[in-house]
Amino acid sequence: MLDKLLLIWESLPLLIRGAIVTLELTMSLLAIGFVLGLIVALGQVYGPRPIAMLMSGYERFFRAMPILVLLIVFFYGLAFLGVSLPAFGTAVLVFGLHSSAYQSQIFRGSIQAIKPGQILAARALGMTRLQVIRYITLPQALRLAIPGWSNEYSGVLKDTSFAFAIGVTELARQGWQIATRTREMFLVFISVALIYLLLTYLGTWLLELLERYLSVPGLAGQRREEHGRVV
Amino acid sequence: MAVSSKIIVRVEDLHKRYGSEEILKGVSFTVRQGEALAIIGPSGTGKSTLLRCINRLTEPDRGRIWLEETEITSPHTDINKIRQQIGFVFQDFNLFAHLTALDNVRLGLLKVKKLPKKEATERAMHELARVGLAEHAQKYPAQLSGGQQQRVSIARALAMDPKLMLFDEPTSALDPELIGEVLQVMQKLAEEGMTMIVVTHEMGFARSVCDQVIFMEKGVIVEQGPPEQIFTNPQQPRTRQFLGKISELYGGAGR
Ligand SMILES: Nc1ncnc2c1ncn2[C@@H]1O[C@H](COP(=O)(O)OP(=O)(O)O)[C@@H](O)[C@H]1O
Ligand SMILES: [Mg+2]
Repeated sequence: MLDKLLLIWESLPLLIRGAIVTLELTMSLLAIGFVLGLIVALGQVYGPRPIAMLMSGYERFFRAMPILVLLIVFFYGLAFLGVSLPAFGTAVLVFGLHSSAYQSQIFRGSIQAIKPGQILAARALGMTRLQVIRYITLPQALRLAIPGWSNEYSGVLKDTSFAFAIGVTELARQGWQIATRTREMFLVFISVALIYLLLTYLGTWLLELLERYLSVPGLAGQRREEHGRVV
Repeated sequence: MAVSSKIIVRVEDLHKRYGSEEILKGVSFTVRQGEALAIIGPSGTGKSTLLRCINRLTEPDRGRIWLEETEITSPHTDINKIRQQIGFVFQDFNLFAHLTALDNVRLGLLKVKKLPKKEATERAMHELARVGLAEHAQKYPAQLSGGQQQRVSIARALAMDPKLMLFDEPTSALDPELIGEVLQVMQKLAEEGMTMIVVTHEMGFARSVCDQVIFMEKGVIVEQGPPEQIFTNPQQPRTRQFLGKISELYGGAGR
């Protein structure tokens, strides 16, 4: 028993290194997905018809693709085209595009949840369209998007393990290497599982804190207490 | 304050259609500086559409509108410049839900008029005090009653220093006991000489506060005149019928 604990203890630095790569992947892909997802959502809601259709096409395409297939096609496709992108960069790009499709639908829903009267009121003050988006739409939509976004975080965190397939040494691959070396499959992957659990828990907890910190009385979908009282 | 001879708004032959239905069928009128004009009429008649055409929240199909010497309807007019000079108060307040009362009033000053923060804050607090809400400055819309929300929305419009205020049924969404506080603010505004157009079902207000009344029905002005004429001696049978029905519903013209 003690020797097994020792084994885990000794593997911990490597597992932590893997966990850091997993977090780096997750943060980078979420950032790319956030920017692209927001653009897609704004295009879908406010864009002229051709733009809105283009955005919807983009969003449907990436939502239809299995992440592993996309990853392999990009990795070998880019190499075939003579573009050299390291495995980590390819993974971030592919995951980011994939996540942007999902994030766009979180943002679209929260943008459309804002009462149109507020937009009219802002335009009536003399604000430009961009000012309305910046000062009225986004501050509300992004608040409303946090719960959905938290869900997306926990989803993509686990998806990053597919990067294994193109040789990125993230948490799952690190675990695999240790396990094959030590022949302690179960023990190592239990440790890996616990680390994923910890990362998910930590991230969603931070987002919950953020949600509470940014909450505004009466903004729909914000307060558990308010819902609890009426249901 | 007396009504001056200076014309603030001129509306000329305004038309608007939605699909096959013509909502405004050639509406013309003028409003002078310091004048309070009430627009009354059955619902679905195009009153809101008319108000929204004035600041082009709705694009009219035909006809022209001027604010003083500027033609609002000209394609060369910067509509955002015009809208800064026209306050709009909506039936359902439309306060920005994520901002405090103070920030609701301050936003246009900061972002549209680009005032420095200190100046914008002072002006916003002054406007909130004017509508009797200085002590509620830090509250969010959801923490205010309907009447308070509407007063914040009036302060938000006033802060921009408008030449003209448009009110679209400002008390129709309010509980009866909250109507008075909003009408009081509007009455004070009219007495201070604000030029305003008020779409309303509050006949008492139209009668005692406004200088002119327009009765509109099915996209046309049926009758226009000073309140004494419209309320005591209407020239058109339709006006008489409408006022009769209203007083049945609302219990007389003397609220
Ligand atoms: N955006 C719109 N699209 C289609 N029809 C509209 C629109 N806005 C108003 N209408 C129609 O125009 C008519 C007049 O509406 P409105 O100006 O709101 O009347 P009022 O304010 O006098 O009650 C109504 O029949 C309404 O259904
Ligand atoms: Mg209306």
